[in-house]
Amino acid sequence: MLAFILRRLAQSVAVLLTVAIIAFAMFRFVGDPVNQIVSLDTPAEQVEQVRKDLGLDKPVYIQFVRYIGNALKGDFGQSYQFRQPVTKLLAERAPATLELALMSALFSLIVGIPMGVYTALYRNGFGAKLFQAVSLIGVSLPTFLIGILLIYLFSVHLGWLPSFGRGQVVKITDNWTTGLLTLSGIKALILPAITLGLFQMTLIMRLVRAEMLEVMRTDYIKFARARGLKTRVINFGHALKNTLVPVITIAGLQLGSIIAFAIITETVFQWPGMGVLFLKAVQNVDIPIMAAYLMMIAALFVLINLFVDLLYAAVDPRLRATIRES
Amino acid sequence: MTQPVLSVRDLSVAFFTRRGVLKALDRVSFDIAPGEVLGVVGESGAGKSLTGQSVIGLLEPPGRITGGEILLHGQRIDNIPADEMRKIRGRKIGMVFQDPLTSLNPLYKIGDQLTETILTHLPVSATEARQRALALLTEVGIPSPDRRIDSYPHEFSGGMRQRVVLALALCAEPELVIADEPTTALDVSVQAQIIALLKKLCRERGTAVMLVTHDMGVIAETADRVAVMYAGRIVEIGPVREVVQNPKHPYAQGLMGAIPTLEGGRDKLVQIEGSMPQLKNIPAGCAFNPRCPHAFARCFVEKPDLVPVDHSRVACYLYDDKRAENAA
Amino acid sequence: MTETTAPHKDPSWLARALDSDIWHSFKSSPVTMLAAFVVLVMTLAALFAPLIAPMNPFDPAQVFLMNANIPPRWMNGGDPQFLLGTDDQGRDLYSAILYGLRVSIFIGVIGVAIACTLGVTLGLVAGYFGGRVDSFIMRIADVQLTFPAILIALLIDGIVRGLLKSASREDIAFGVLVVSIGLAFWVQYARTVRGSTLVEKGRDYIQAARLVGLPAPLIMIRHVLPNVIGPVLVILTINVGLAIITEATLSFLGVGLPPTQPSLGTLISIGNKYLFSGDWWIVTFPGITLALFVLSINLLGDWLRDALNPKLQ
Repeated sequence: MLAFILRRLAQSVAVLLTVAIIAFAMFRFVGDPVNQIVSLDTPAEQVEQVRKDLGLDKPVYIQFVRYIGNALKGDFGQSYQFRQPVTKLLAERAPATLELALMSALFSLIVGIPMGVYTALYRNGFGAKLFQAVSLIGVSLPTFLIGILLIYLFSVHLGWLPSFGRGQVVKITDNWTTGLLTLSGIKALILPAITLGLFQMTLIMRLVRAEMLEVMRTDYIKFARARGLKTRVINFGHALKNTLVPVITIAGLQLGSIIAFAIITETVFQWPGMGVLFLKAVQNVDIPIMAAYLMMIAALFVLINLFVDLLYAAVDPRLRATIRES
Repeated sequence: MTQPVLSVRDLSVAFFTRRGVLKALDRVSFDIAPGEVLGVVGESGAGKSLTGQSVIGLLEPPGRITGGEILLHGQRIDNIPADEMRKIRGRKIGMVFQDPLTSLNPLYKIGDQLTETILTHLPVSATEARQRALALLTEVGIPSPDRRIDSYPHEFSGGMRQRVVLALALCAEPELVIADEPTTALDVSVQAQIIALLKKLCRERGTAVMLVTHDMGVIAETADRVAVMYAGRIVEIGPVREVVQNPKHPYAQGLMGAIPTLEGGRDKLVQIEGSMPQLKNIPAGCAFNPRCPHAFARCFVEKPDLVPVDHSRVACYLYDDKRAENAA
Repeated sequence: MTETTAPHKDPSWLARALDSDIWHSFKSSPVTMLAAFVVLVMTLAALFAPLIAPMNPFDPAQVFLMNANIPPRWMNGGDPQFLLGTDDQGRDLYSAILYGLRVSIFIGVIGVAIACTLGVTLGLVAGYFGGRVDSFIMRIADVQLTFPAILIALLIDGIVRGLLKSASREDIAFGVLVVSIGLAFWVQYARTVRGSTLVEKGRDYIQAARLVGLPAPLIMIRHVLPNVIGPVLVILTINVGLAIITEATLSFLGVGLPPTQPSLGTLISIGNKYLFSGDWWIVTFPGITLALFVLSINLLGDWLRDALNPKLQ
């Protein structure tokens, strides 16, 4: 078990390192970081001082080590646009994005899995065909269009839900605010969460459907039928359990990408999260923010991956056995 | 004569595909008496497994029963509601699949799979079901069953898993077991053990067996009677000694000639020329006519029915002299 | 399936193709036929936009600001000149949609072509050489899978912005988009082709070819490619839809194409600003066009996947 975790950790570190190299290369070679800090009339010696302060006079590999060291301390430098530490900017906006991502993830799982099971079990029924059609429309509509559609319907036309912002937020700790404790916060969350989750939901639905159809064809399901087990037991015991094992992995990775997809939703709903910050950074070539965001997504992905592996081991006895042996 | 456990009468099955209707079983009829082992042999695609699936009511689309009836103790079971049929599966008719590696759900302990089957069919408590499961595991020869009952399928070898599958098929004391190629996927060294076990368990319980296989050796050792299938029809059915030692139908003769005997000297290994036709181009008349060394004009026009010859029944005009004369 | 992979070997390949399972499943699915029809009509309309469109929305001489935000013809205040109304710069929306669709399809097709070429090549290389080359390429693929395509495209766009002066940005926006999409979508092809290559590599004929000194890689490519045509075709179809969505999204986010050469995404982005003032048509018609086209492509992709999957037959 320990060896398994260690091996996974090593792989994770490798991924993170690769991303760190990319992030550092961006930071170092896309535009001159010094020029972003000094202004045109800064005296030459002062420019040189800034260069020294940033360690840019050292060999590249030392700069890289320094970059990594700083990153581990949570220091990704100063934003060019805001003249503030990147970490602080991201931390301020993290609660908004994480809350949004979590809600959409829940939404996509709670709605997607039952829909997938239903379409697999009654695949020739009217309901299944309807769900299939809806899911296809779901993957065909760009997220931003769905957002616009929802805004038009529920905000402009019906006036039920707000079309932008987080509503009223409550401060839980110094750097954590939540919109989940106020009515306006919850109302503000509904449309963005659905917008963000809809695409994932259709993916999960299609995935569950495909896996379940696959499982229904296996010998052990046929054998379960031959043993005269009740259909309900076969469908929701045997088949569903086996379906969900591979779904866990892919769904986990999909959910990881929700945070990145949030860029679009946040833009549509002017949601004050990290995605909007990243987009502004791209538009204004604010490399430190871009690099930090990149690293953050990678770290998150690695974490989710690790978690999914452990979950997988908890569900699948075969994997548990191989882990124990290794 | 006692009433047979299973009677299959003129069973026809067809596949409804977009390329047309393919006849997969053509008026198949046979009986199985209580405690009897009926071997069903033939090449793959002859309809052996399909017959088994039809009997247990697990025919998969696009396959469908198009005619005939299946009777269990004289009661029709081919047209009863799905839930009635479900209650018969496992309880009255058990089934053993070919591949023990894929027949067991990898995510469930074997003990749970056993107790769940027992509880579905028998009015016992969970504790009793578990005791029963333990007894069964002992009976099928799983060493230290009290420890192994909580193991997952992957922790067993192929042979052991097939023993578990046998236990599962028999756990509600069915009167008939359909064993579909139960040893094909196993190591040769294990095959004999499993067959012996199947035979022993069924004899003790008086369970009838429909043993589907293409292994004539297994049939010769195990079966009381044999049905030889070819292209969706039974071409010969009779007591095992008679069919093996004195086959009547030219196809059966070819098939039996293909069994290597220990004495070796009796016959040289015979090979049947050509191969069985695909469902979509079964020839008119007797399906065996393109490969039959004795085929004559009538064989290309009419389908022979099973007629009694000695103790067997054979579908071949070579044994239909009187009718052949009448027709001529 | 064999009918379509090697039709040229048989003189009557057309007859056989018409009898093939794929064609049959096509004919028996009205939805698929409708989708194919929609894709065909829209592609042709986009291709011949200059001939069909009432005006050229890119020609300043034909665009007048005083015509801005005119509603569709059938509405109050509509102008018979503008079937679907006009956008904020006075461009005929119908013409703009045709031209925008043209841009979207161009970017989608070229971007996916780049992704496919790159992915197939890298997949072959990884599968054939194995070892370090393989693990290097596949590790990159793994890392890239960490990030959604849209994020990759955004990053590339950001880097290009950083490397180039702003003046030239508009000129190369098209190129940047295409390359971003190409780099964002190659992984799936590489994985598929690599898998198939690994299978073929173990086959006897490859060993034999090596022994007698024949160019094994060439022989293998000839054997691998027919095997992966099916899956690659499915990915290709679905990716064209995804690429068009990605382009539209990037343009909507303001890092894609500039408003002077609008794609469907740009038009939607413009329209979004006027949604609250009630000018719903600027966003609606480009939106419907985009959704309809991508939906049709996805329907085709879904059908193709099922038709090529022998398990489902």
